[in-house]
Amino acid sequence: MTARSVRRLKVLMWVSALAPAAWIAGGTFRGWLGVNPIEKVTHVTGLSALVLLLLTLAVTPVRRMARWNRLIQLRRPLGLFAFFYAFLHFSIWMALDLGFQLSWISEDIMERPYITVGFTAFVLLIPLAVTSTRGWIRRLGRRWATLHRLVYITATLGVIHFYWLVKADTSLPLLFAGILTLLLASRIGPWHEKRKRRQAASARRRQQLSTG
Amino acid sequence: MLIRRPPDIPSSEITPERVFLDRRSFIRHAALGTAAAALSPSTLSGTRHTAPQDPRFSELESELGEPVNAWTEITTYNNFYEFGTAKEDPHRNSGSFRPRPWTVRIEGHVNNPGDYELDDFLAPHRIEDRVYRMRCVEAWSMVIPWRGFPLGDLVRRVDPTGDARFVEFTTIVRPDEMPGQRTGVLPWPYVEGLRLDEAMHPLTMLVTGVYGVDLPNQNGAPLRLIVPWKYGFKGIKSIVSIRFVEEMPMTTWWAANAREYGFYANVNPEVDHPRWSQARERRIGELRRRETLMFNGYANQVGQMYADLDLTRWI
Repeated sequence: MTARSVRRLKVLMWVSALAPAAWIAGGTFRGWLGVNPIEKVTHVTGLSALVLLLLTLAVTPVRRMARWNRLIQLRRPLGLFAFFYAFLHFSIWMALDLGFQLSWISEDIMERPYITVGFTAFVLLIPLAVTSTRGWIRRLGRRWATLHRLVYITATLGVIHFYWLVKADTSLPLLFAGILTLLLASRIGPWHEKRKRRQAASARRRQQLSTG
Repeated sequence: MLIRRPPDIPSSEITPERVFLDRRSFIRHAALGTAAAALSPSTLSGTRHTAPQDPRFSELESELGEPVNAWTEITTYNNFYEFGTAKEDPHRNSGSFRPRPWTVRIEGHVNNPGDYELDDFLAPHRIEDRVYRMRCVEAWSMVIPWRGFPLGDLVRRVDPTGDARFVEFTTIVRPDEMPGQRTGVLPWPYVEGLRLDEAMHPLTMLVTGVYGVDLPNQNGAPLRLIVPWKYGFKGIKSIVSIRFVEEMPMTTWWAANAREYGFYANVNPEVDHPRWSQARERRIGELRRRETLMFNGYANQVGQMYADLDLTRWI
Protein backbone atom coordinates (compact mmCIF):
# COMPACT_ATOMS: atom_id res chain seq x y z
CA MET A 1 0.00 0.00 0.00
CA THR A 2 1.51 3.29 -1.09
CA ALA A 3 1.36 6.54 0.82
CA ARG A 4 -0.78 7.90 -1.96
CA SER A 5 -3.44 5.20 -1.74
CA VAL A 6 -3.62 5.74 2.01
CA ARG A 7 -4.18 9.43 1.40
CA ARG A 8 -6.97 8.61 -1.03
CA LEU A 9 -8.51 6.22 1.43
CA LYS A 10 -8.33 8.89 4.10
CA VAL A 11 -10.18 11.38 1.93
CA LEU A 12 -12.82 8.76 1.20
CA MET A 13 -13.14 8.03 4.90
CA TRP A 14 -13.56 11.69 5.85
CA VAL A 15 -16.19 12.25 3.19
CA SER A 16 -18.13 9.12 4.12
CA ALA A 17 -17.87 9.70 7.85
CA LEU A 18 -19.16 13.24 7.51
CA ALA A 19 -21.96 12.22 5.12
CA PRO A 20 -24.51 11.33 7.84
CA ALA A 21 -23.87 14.64 9.61
CA ALA A 22 -24.26 16.49 6.31
CA TRP A 23 -27.44 14.55 5.59
CA ILE A 24 -28.86 15.54 8.97
CA ALA A 25 -27.87 19.17 8.52
CA GLY A 26 -29.40 19.22 5.04
CA GLY A 27 -32.56 17.51 6.23
CA THR A 28 -33.02 20.02 9.03
CA PHE A 29 -33.27 22.79 6.47
CA ARG A 30 -34.88 20.95 3.59
CA GLY A 31 -37.36 18.91 5.60
CA TRP A 32 -36.36 15.40 4.56
CA LEU A 33 -36.03 14.15 8.14
CA GLY A 34 -39.73 13.30 8.10
CA VAL A 35 -42.42 14.16 10.59
CA ASN A 36 -40.56 12.78 13.63
CA PRO A 37 -37.14 14.35 13.09
CA ILE A 38 -35.89 13.65 16.63
CA GLU A 39 -36.45 9.94 16.18
CA LYS A 40 -34.87 10.02 12.72
CA VAL A 41 -31.75 11.88 13.89
CA THR A 42 -31.42 9.58 16.90
CA HIS A 43 -31.50 6.55 14.61
CA VAL A 44 -29.07 7.96 12.05
CA THR A 45 -26.48 9.02 14.63
CA GLY A 46 -26.75 5.74 16.54
CA LEU A 47 -26.41 3.68 13.40
CA SER A 48 -23.47 5.79 12.21
CA ALA A 49 -21.69 5.36 15.54
CA LEU A 50 -22.10 1.58 15.39
CA VAL A 51 -20.97 1.27 11.77
CA LEU A 52 -17.91 3.44 12.46
CA LEU A 53 -17.09 1.40 15.55
CA LEU A 54 -17.18 -1.80 13.50
CA LEU A 55 -15.01 -0.15 10.82
CA THR A 56 -12.52 0.87 13.52
CA LEU A 57 -12.38 -2.72 14.65
CA ALA A 58 -11.92 -3.89 11.06
CA VAL A 59 -8.70 -1.91 10.58
CA THR A 60 -6.39 -4.32 12.40
CA PRO A 61 -7.59 -7.59 10.83
CA VAL A 62 -7.68 -6.10 7.32
CA ARG A 63 -4.24 -4.59 7.80
CA ARG A 64 -2.88 -7.90 8.96
CA MET A 65 -4.48 -9.99 6.23
CA ALA A 66 -3.84 -7.62 3.31
CA ARG A 67 -0.46 -6.58 4.75
CA TRP A 68 -1.47 -2.93 4.40
CA ASN A 69 0.52 -1.55 7.28
CA ARG A 70 -0.37 2.03 6.57
CA LEU A 71 -4.04 1.29 7.10
CA ILE A 72 -3.36 1.87 10.79
CA GLN A 73 -3.51 5.59 10.04
CA LEU A 74 -7.27 5.26 9.59
CA ARG A 75 -7.89 3.72 12.99
CA ARG A 76 -7.79 6.81 15.18
CA PRO A 77 -9.95 9.06 12.96
CA LEU A 78 -12.50 6.26 12.51
CA GLY A 79 -12.67 5.76 16.26
CA LEU A 80 -13.04 9.48 16.87
CA PHE A 81 -15.81 9.72 14.30
CA ALA A 82 -17.56 6.84 16.06
CA PHE A 83 -17.29 8.81 19.30
CA PHE A 84 -18.55 11.96 17.55
CA TYR A 85 -21.76 10.22 16.45
CA ALA A 86 -22.17 8.43 19.78
CA PHE A 87 -21.88 11.81 21.48
CA LEU A 88 -24.51 13.33 19.16
CA HIS A 89 -26.75 10.30 19.71
CA PHE A 90 -26.42 10.62 23.49
CA SER A 91 -26.90 14.40 23.44
CA ILE A 92 -30.04 14.22 21.31
CA TRP A 93 -31.52 11.64 23.64
CA MET A 94 -30.68 13.71 26.71
CA ALA A 95 -31.54 17.16 25.40
CA LEU A 96 -34.29 16.71 22.83
CA ASP A 97 -35.87 13.44 23.84
CA LEU A 98 -35.81 13.92 27.60
CA GLY A 99 -35.30 17.68 27.81
CA PHE A 100 -32.53 17.41 30.46
CA GLN A 101 -35.07 16.10 33.00
CA LEU A 102 -32.68 14.38 35.40
CA SER A 103 -35.36 12.15 36.92
CA TRP A 104 -36.39 10.86 33.49
CA ILE A 105 -32.78 10.34 32.46
CA SER A 106 -31.83 8.41 35.58
CA GLU A 107 -35.05 6.38 35.39
CA ASP A 108 -34.25 5.44 31.81
CA ILE A 109 -30.66 4.50 32.59
CA MET A 110 -31.58 2.48 35.68
CA GLU A 111 -34.72 0.76 34.47
CA ARG A 112 -34.41 0.20 30.74
CA PRO A 113 -31.79 -2.42 29.99
CA TYR A 114 -31.26 -1.28 26.41
CA ILE A 115 -30.54 2.23 27.64
CA THR A 116 -28.36 0.91 30.46
CA VAL A 117 -26.10 -0.91 28.01
CA GLY A 118 -26.18 1.93 25.47
CA PHE A 119 -25.23 4.45 28.14
CA THR A 120 -22.45 2.19 29.44
CA ALA A 121 -21.10 1.79 25.92
CA PHE A 122 -20.99 5.57 25.52
CA VAL A 123 -19.33 6.17 28.89
CA LEU A 124 -16.65 3.60 28.08
CA LEU A 125 -15.90 5.42 24.83
CA ILE A 126 -15.06 8.66 26.65
CA PRO A 127 -11.66 7.61 28.08
CA LEU A 128 -10.73 6.14 24.72
CA ALA A 129 -11.47 9.40 22.93
CA VAL A 130 -9.63 11.41 25.60
CA THR A 131 -6.50 9.23 25.48
CA SER A 132 -6.35 9.10 21.70
CA THR A 133 -3.80 11.91 21.52
CA ARG A 134 -0.08 11.32 20.98
CA GLY A 135 0.70 12.72 24.40
CA TRP A 136 -1.55 10.22 26.13
CA ILE A 137 -0.26 7.35 24.04
CA ARG A 138 3.27 8.20 25.14
CA ARG A 139 2.31 8.75 28.77
CA LEU A 140 0.40 5.49 29.09
CA GLY A 141 2.95 3.35 27.28
CA ARG A 142 1.99 -0.30 27.28
CA ARG A 143 -1.10 0.43 29.41
CA TRP A 144 -2.57 2.40 26.50
CA ALA A 145 -3.16 -0.78 24.49
CA THR A 146 -4.70 -2.46 27.51
CA LEU A 147 -7.03 0.49 28.11
CA HIS A 148 -8.10 0.60 24.49
CA ARG A 149 -9.24 -3.00 24.60
CA LEU A 150 -12.33 -1.44 26.19
CA VAL A 151 -13.49 -0.89 22.64
CA TYR A 152 -14.34 -4.60 22.40
CA ILE A 153 -16.77 -4.17 25.30
CA THR A 154 -18.17 -0.93 23.91
CA ALA A 155 -18.85 -2.44 20.49
CA THR A 156 -20.48 -5.50 22.06
CA LEU A 157 -22.70 -3.36 24.29
CA GLY A 158 -23.53 -1.14 21.33
CA VAL A 159 -24.75 -4.07 19.27
CA ILE A 160 -26.77 -5.41 22.23
CA HIS A 161 -28.30 -1.94 22.65
CA PHE A 162 -29.37 -2.01 19.00
CA TYR A 163 -30.72 -5.56 19.21
CA TRP A 164 -32.75 -4.83 22.33
CA LEU A 165 -34.44 -1.72 21.04
CA VAL A 166 -35.91 -3.00 17.78
CA LYS A 167 -39.49 -4.15 17.88
CA ALA A 168 -39.62 -7.02 15.42
CA ASP A 169 -37.15 -6.74 12.57
CA THR A 170 -33.87 -7.91 14.10
CA SER A 171 -32.10 -8.55 10.80
CA LEU A 172 -29.79 -5.51 10.93
CA PRO A 173 -28.73 -5.91 14.58
CA LEU A 174 -28.07 -9.59 13.91
CA LEU A 175 -25.95 -8.70 10.89
CA PHE A 176 -23.96 -6.31 13.09
CA ALA A 177 -23.60 -9.03 15.72
CA GLY A 178 -22.29 -11.41 13.05
CA ILE A 179 -19.74 -8.90 11.77
CA LEU A 180 -18.62 -8.07 15.31
CA THR A 181 -18.18 -11.76 16.09
CA LEU A 182 -16.00 -12.18 13.00
CA LEU A 183 -13.95 -9.11 13.88
CA LEU A 184 -13.39 -10.29 17.43
CA ALA A 185 -12.69 -13.88 16.35
CA SER A 186 -10.09 -12.70 13.86
CA ARG A 187 -8.06 -11.46 16.81
CA ILE A 188 -7.89 -14.81 18.59
CA GLY A 189 -5.39 -16.44 16.22
CA PRO A 190 -2.79 -13.64 16.23
CA TRP A 191 -3.28 -13.10 19.96
CA HIS A 192 -2.66 -16.81 20.57
CA GLU A 193 0.46 -16.79 18.43
CA LYS A 194 1.81 -13.75 20.15
CA ARG A 195 1.33 -15.45 23.49
CA LYS A 196 3.08 -18.56 22.27
CA ARG A 197 5.96 -16.50 20.93
CA ARG A 198 6.26 -14.68 24.22
CA GLN A 199 6.23 -17.94 26.15
CA ALA A 200 8.85 -19.41 23.85
CA ALA A 201 10.99 -16.33 24.28
CA SER A 202 10.79 -16.41 28.04
CA ALA A 203 11.54 -20.14 27.98
CA ARG A 204 14.59 -19.40 25.90
CA ARG A 205 15.66 -16.72 28.34
CA ARG A 206 15.25 -19.08 31.26
CA GLN A 207 17.29 -21.68 29.43
CA GLN A 208 20.03 -19.18 28.70
CA LEU A 209 20.05 -18.17 32.35
CA SER A 210 20.30 -21.74 33.57
CA THR A 211 22.97 -22.74 31.05
CA GLY A 212 24.79 -19.45 31.46
CA MET B 1 -20.19 3.43 6.24
CA LEU B 2 -23.72 4.51 6.59
CA ILE B 3 -25.00 6.71 3.85
CA ARG B 4 -28.73 7.06 4.05
CA ARG B 5 -30.19 7.88 0.71
CA PRO B 6 -32.64 10.76 0.93
CA PRO B 7 -36.20 9.75 0.07
CA ASP B 8 -37.23 10.05 -3.54
CA ILE B 9 -38.98 13.34 -3.26
CA PRO B 10 -38.58 15.78 -6.12
CA SER B 11 -37.50 19.19 -4.90
CA SER B 12 -40.82 20.57 -6.12
CA GLU B 13 -42.53 18.45 -3.47
CA ILE B 14 -40.46 19.63 -0.56
CA THR B 15 -42.26 22.11 1.62
CA PRO B 16 -40.13 25.09 2.62
CA GLU B 17 -39.44 24.93 6.33
CA ARG B 18 -41.03 28.30 6.97
CA VAL B 19 -44.24 27.10 5.39
CA PHE B 20 -43.97 23.74 7.13
CA LEU B 21 -43.57 25.30 10.57
CA ASP B 22 -46.48 27.59 9.93
CA ARG B 23 -48.50 24.99 8.06
CA ARG B 24 -51.74 25.36 9.95
CA SER B 25 -52.17 29.05 9.26
CA PHE B 26 -50.76 28.49 5.79
CA ILE B 27 -53.54 26.05 5.05
CA ARG B 28 -56.03 28.44 6.56
CA HIS B 29 -55.00 31.42 4.54
CA ALA B 30 -53.78 30.07 1.26
CA ALA B 31 -55.89 29.58 -1.82
CA LEU B 32 -57.23 26.16 -1.16
CA GLY B 33 -56.88 23.97 -4.19
CA THR B 34 -53.36 24.91 -5.18
CA ALA B 35 -52.08 25.17 -1.63
CA ALA B 36 -53.27 21.74 -0.68
CA ALA B 37 -51.80 20.22 -3.82
CA ALA B 38 -48.44 21.92 -3.24
CA LEU B 39 -48.28 20.66 0.33
CA SER B 40 -49.11 17.12 -0.52
CA PRO B 41 -46.31 14.57 -0.62
CA SER B 42 -48.65 11.94 -1.94
CA THR B 43 -49.46 13.25 -5.37
CA LEU B 44 -46.58 11.14 -6.63
CA SER B 45 -48.63 8.10 -7.45
CA GLY B 46 -51.94 7.88 -9.17
CA THR B 47 -53.22 5.28 -6.75
CA ARG B 48 -52.45 7.43 -3.75
CA HIS B 49 -54.61 10.27 -2.70
CA THR B 50 -53.95 13.89 -3.27
CA ALA B 51 -54.17 16.03 -0.20
CA PRO B 52 -57.72 16.64 0.93
CA GLN B 53 -59.33 19.64 -0.65
CA ASP B 54 -61.58 20.52 2.25
CA PRO B 55 -59.72 22.95 4.54
CA ARG B 56 -62.15 22.52 7.39
CA PHE B 57 -60.49 19.28 8.40
CA SER B 58 -57.20 20.89 9.35
CA GLU B 59 -59.17 23.21 11.64
CA LEU B 60 -60.61 20.33 13.64
CA GLU B 61 -59.73 19.71 17.26
CA SER B 62 -60.18 16.88 19.70
CA GLU B 63 -62.63 17.22 22.57
CA LEU B 64 -59.63 18.31 24.68
CA GLY B 65 -58.86 21.15 22.27
CA GLU B 66 -55.87 19.44 20.63
CA PRO B 67 -55.44 20.41 16.96
CA VAL B 68 -55.42 17.56 14.43
CA ASN B 69 -52.11 16.51 12.92
CA ALA B 70 -51.27 17.52 9.39
CA TRP B 71 -52.23 15.31 6.47
CA THR B 72 -48.54 14.83 5.69
CA GLU B 73 -47.86 13.60 9.22
CA ILE B 74 -50.76 11.18 9.16
CA THR B 75 -49.92 9.74 5.74
CA THR B 76 -46.10 9.53 5.77
CA TYR B 77 -45.42 8.18 9.25
CA ASN B 78 -47.11 4.82 9.60
CA ASN B 79 -46.64 1.41 11.16
CA PHE B 80 -48.00 -1.03 8.58
CA TYR B 81 -45.47 -3.85 8.49
CA GLU B 82 -47.14 -5.39 5.45
CA PHE B 83 -45.40 -2.60 3.52
CA GLY B 84 -42.13 -2.58 5.48
CA THR B 85 -40.95 -1.81 9.00
CA ALA B 86 -39.65 1.75 8.52
CA LYS B 87 -42.11 4.56 9.19
CA GLU B 88 -41.87 5.88 5.61
CA ASP B 89 -42.21 2.41 4.06
CA PRO B 90 -46.02 2.22 3.93
CA HIS B 91 -46.21 5.57 2.14
CA ARG B 92 -43.37 4.59 -0.17
CA ASN B 93 -44.30 0.96 -0.88
CA SER B 94 -48.09 0.88 -0.98
CA GLY B 95 -48.53 2.48 -4.41
CA SER B 96 -49.41 -0.76 -6.20
CA PHE B 97 -51.90 -1.97 -3.59
CA ARG B 98 -55.43 -2.19 -4.99
CA PRO B 99 -58.08 -1.46 -2.34
CA ARG B 100 -60.89 -2.08 -4.86
CA PRO B 101 -62.67 -4.32 -5.58
CA TRP B 102 -62.91 -5.49 -1.98
CA THR B 103 -64.92 -8.13 -0.21
CA VAL B 104 -65.43 -8.41 3.53
CA ARG B 105 -66.33 -11.79 4.97
CA ILE B 106 -68.56 -11.95 8.05
CA GLU B 107 -68.27 -15.36 9.68
CA GLY B 108 -68.44 -17.36 12.88
CA HIS B 109 -71.21 -17.27 15.48
CA VAL B 110 -73.45 -14.85 13.66
CA ASN B 111 -76.93 -14.96 12.16
CA ASN B 112 -76.07 -13.02 9.00
CA PRO B 113 -72.77 -14.41 7.74
CA GLY B 114 -71.65 -13.86 4.19
CA ASP B 115 -69.26 -12.20 1.76
CA TYR B 116 -70.12 -8.54 1.33
CA GLU B 117 -68.89 -6.38 -1.50
CA LEU B 118 -67.50 -3.26 0.17
CA ASP B 119 -70.09 -0.81 -1.10
CA ASP B 120 -72.92 -3.12 -0.02
CA PHE B 121 -71.13 -3.61 3.28
CA LEU B 122 -71.00 0.14 3.90
CA ALA B 123 -74.36 1.12 2.37
CA PRO B 124 -76.57 0.69 5.46
CA HIS B 125 -74.28 2.77 7.67
CA ARG B 126 -74.24 6.44 8.44
CA ILE B 127 -70.68 7.60 7.80
CA GLU B 128 -69.37 10.32 10.14
CA ASP B 129 -66.14 12.17 10.93
CA ARG B 130 -64.59 11.89 14.38
CA VAL B 131 -61.38 13.29 15.83
CA TYR B 132 -59.52 10.78 17.98
CA ARG B 133 -56.14 10.64 19.65
CA MET B 134 -53.98 7.80 18.36
CA ARG B 135 -51.33 6.54 20.80
CA CYS B 136 -48.74 4.13 19.44
CA VAL B 137 -47.17 1.56 21.75
CA GLU B 138 -43.85 3.11 20.70
CA ALA B 139 -44.74 6.25 22.70
CA TRP B 140 -45.65 8.65 19.91
CA SER B 141 -49.12 9.98 19.19
CA MET B 142 -51.22 11.98 16.76
CA VAL B 143 -54.69 13.50 16.62
CA ILE B 144 -56.56 12.27 13.56
CA PRO B 145 -59.88 13.12 11.92
CA TRP B 146 -61.19 9.68 10.96
CA ARG B 147 -64.21 8.96 8.80
CA GLY B 148 -66.26 5.82 9.43
CA PHE B 149 -69.04 4.36 11.53
CA PRO B 150 -69.41 2.63 14.90
CA LEU B 151 -68.43 -1.03 14.77
CA GLY B 152 -71.38 -1.65 17.11
CA ASP B 153 -73.79 -0.75 14.29
CA LEU B 154 -72.29 -3.52 12.18
CA VAL B 155 -72.36 -5.99 15.05
CA ARG B 156 -76.07 -5.36 15.56
CA ARG B 157 -76.70 -5.70 11.83
CA VAL B 158 -74.95 -9.06 11.47
CA ASP B 159 -76.49 -10.23 14.75
CA PRO B 160 -74.05 -12.47 16.67
CA THR B 161 -75.41 -15.56 18.41
CA GLY B 162 -75.09 -16.23 22.13
CA ASP B 163 -71.83 -18.10 21.58
CA ALA B 164 -70.01 -15.03 20.28
CA ARG B 165 -67.82 -13.53 23.00
CA PHE B 166 -64.98 -12.08 20.93
CA VAL B 167 -64.51 -10.57 17.48
CA GLU B 168 -61.49 -11.54 15.40
CA PHE B 169 -60.29 -9.36 12.51
CA THR B 170 -57.93 -10.44 9.73
CA THR B 171 -55.88 -8.39 7.27
CA ILE B 172 -55.66 -9.35 3.61
CA VAL B 173 -52.66 -11.40 2.41
CA ARG B 174 -51.24 -10.16 -0.88
CA PRO B 175 -47.47 -10.62 -0.91
CA ASP B 176 -47.38 -9.42 -4.53
CA GLU B 177 -48.65 -6.01 -3.50
CA MET B 178 -47.40 -5.98 0.09
CA PRO B 179 -43.62 -6.39 0.11
CA GLY B 180 -43.48 -6.76 3.90
CA GLN B 181 -45.49 -9.97 3.59
CA ARG B 182 -42.64 -11.46 1.60
CA THR B 183 -40.55 -11.28 4.78
CA GLY B 184 -41.03 -13.17 8.02
CA VAL B 185 -40.91 -10.16 10.29
CA LEU B 186 -44.38 -11.04 11.64
CA PRO B 187 -46.52 -14.13 11.07
CA TRP B 188 -49.06 -13.30 8.35
CA PRO B 189 -51.92 -12.64 8.14
CA TYR B 190 -52.13 -9.93 10.78
CA VAL B 191 -54.88 -10.76 13.25
CA GLU B 192 -56.49 -8.56 15.87
CA GLY B 193 -59.37 -9.01 18.27
CA LEU B 194 -61.74 -7.36 20.70
CA ARG B 195 -64.03 -8.54 23.43
CA LEU B 196 -67.64 -8.28 22.24
CA ASP B 197 -68.39 -5.46 24.68
CA GLU B 198 -65.34 -3.54 23.40
CA ALA B 199 -66.51 -4.08 19.84
CA MET B 200 -69.97 -2.74 20.80
CA HIS B 201 -68.58 0.33 22.57
CA PRO B 202 -69.72 3.50 20.82
CA LEU B 203 -66.15 4.83 20.54
CA THR B 204 -64.98 1.81 18.51
CA MET B 205 -65.00 2.60 14.81
CA LEU B 206 -64.71 0.89 11.48
CA VAL B 207 -62.87 3.48 9.43
CA THR B 208 -63.00 4.09 5.69
CA GLY B 209 -61.45 7.53 5.46
CA VAL B 210 -59.34 10.26 7.00
CA TYR B 211 -59.44 14.03 6.53
CA GLY B 212 -62.72 13.62 4.71
CA VAL B 213 -61.34 11.42 1.92
CA ASP B 214 -60.99 7.67 1.42
CA LEU B 215 -58.18 6.04 3.39
CA PRO B 216 -54.82 6.16 1.60
CA ASN B 217 -53.31 2.70 1.15
CA GLN B 218 -50.67 3.35 3.81
CA ASN B 219 -53.37 4.08 6.38
CA GLY B 220 -55.17 0.77 5.88
CA ALA B 221 -57.39 1.15 2.83
CA PRO B 222 -60.16 0.41 2.32
CA LEU B 223 -61.35 -0.60 5.78
CA ARG B 224 -59.64 -0.52 9.16
CA LEU B 225 -60.39 -0.62 12.85
CA ILE B 226 -59.90 2.25 15.30
CA VAL B 227 -60.09 1.68 19.05
CA PRO B 228 -58.91 5.02 20.43
CA TRP B 229 -58.24 3.93 24.03
CA LYS B 230 -55.94 1.11 22.92
CA TYR B 231 -52.43 1.20 21.48
CA GLY B 232 -52.36 1.78 17.75
CA PHE B 233 -51.45 -1.77 16.78
CA LYS B 234 -54.98 -2.87 17.75
CA GLY B 235 -56.23 -0.81 14.81
CA ILE B 236 -55.91 -3.56 12.22
CA LYS B 237 -55.78 -2.38 8.62
CA SER B 238 -57.10 -3.59 5.26
CA ILE B 239 -59.61 -5.92 6.91
CA VAL B 240 -60.99 -8.84 4.89
CA SER B 241 -62.59 -10.93 7.61
CA ILE B 242 -64.60 -10.25 10.75
CA ARG B 243 -65.25 -13.44 12.67
CA PHE B 244 -67.36 -13.83 15.80
CA VAL B 245 -65.77 -16.40 18.10
CA GLU B 246 -66.11 -17.96 21.52
CA GLU B 247 -62.45 -17.92 22.58
CA MET B 248 -60.08 -14.99 22.95
CA PRO B 249 -58.34 -14.74 19.56
CA MET B 250 -54.55 -15.09 19.43
CA THR B 251 -53.60 -11.69 18.07
CA THR B 252 -50.44 -11.05 16.06
CA TRP B 253 -48.30 -8.96 18.42
CA TRP B 254 -49.43 -10.99 21.40
CA ALA B 255 -48.29 -14.13 19.59
CA ALA B 256 -45.04 -12.49 18.52
CA ASN B 257 -44.09 -11.36 22.02
CA ALA B 258 -46.50 -12.02 24.89
CA ARG B 259 -44.23 -10.37 27.45
CA GLU B 260 -44.41 -7.03 25.67
CA TYR B 261 -47.81 -6.99 23.94
CA GLY B 262 -51.08 -8.35 25.24
CA PHE B 263 -54.58 -8.94 23.96
CA TYR B 264 -56.00 -5.84 25.64
CA ALA B 265 -53.28 -3.28 24.85
CA ASN B 266 -55.14 -0.53 26.68
CA VAL B 267 -53.19 2.72 26.81
CA ASN B 268 -51.92 2.86 30.37
CA PRO B 269 -49.25 5.31 31.59
CA GLU B 270 -48.79 3.27 34.76
CA VAL B 271 -47.83 -0.01 33.10
CA ASP B 272 -44.57 0.38 31.23
CA HIS B 273 -43.55 -1.54 28.20
CA PRO B 274 -40.77 -3.88 29.40
CA ARG B 275 -38.28 -1.80 27.45
CA TRP B 276 -39.56 1.75 27.72
CA SER B 277 -41.78 4.03 29.74
CA GLN B 278 -45.40 4.48 28.72
CA ALA B 279 -45.84 7.44 31.06
CA ARG B 280 -45.03 9.99 28.33
CA GLU B 281 -45.39 10.30 24.61
CA ARG B 282 -44.25 12.52 21.80
CA ARG B 283 -47.12 14.10 19.92
CA ILE B 284 -45.92 14.23 16.33
CA GLY B 285 -45.20 17.87 15.55
CA GLU B 286 -44.24 18.72 19.14
CA LEU B 287 -40.76 18.87 20.61
CA ARG B 288 -41.31 18.11 24.28
CA ARG B 289 -42.93 14.93 25.45
CA ARG B 290 -46.34 15.12 27.05
CA GLU B 291 -47.94 13.00 29.75
CA THR B 292 -49.86 9.98 28.51
CA LEU B 293 -53.47 9.89 29.71
CA MET B 294 -55.13 6.80 31.19
CA PHE B 295 -56.99 4.95 28.42
CA ASN B 296 -55.58 7.65 26.14
CA GLY B 297 -57.92 10.22 27.65
CA TYR B 298 -61.06 8.10 27.23
CA ALA B 299 -61.13 6.72 30.80
CA ASN B 300 -64.56 8.18 31.58
CA GLN B 301 -66.10 6.42 28.62
CA VAL B 302 -64.35 3.04 28.80
CA GLY B 303 -62.91 2.62 32.30
CA GLN B 304 -65.90 0.73 33.68
CA MET B 305 -65.39 -2.10 31.15
CA TYR B 306 -62.18 -2.99 32.95
CA ALA B 307 -63.26 -2.47 36.55
CA ASP B 308 -62.65 -6.16 37.34
CA LEU B 309 -59.54 -6.58 35.24
CA ASP B 310 -56.01 -6.56 36.69
CA LEU B 311 -54.48 -4.10 34.23
CA THR B 312 -50.91 -4.94 35.23
CA ARG B 313 -51.48 -8.58 34.33
CA TRP B 314 -53.75 -8.13 31.31
CA ILE B 315 -51.57 -5.79 29.30
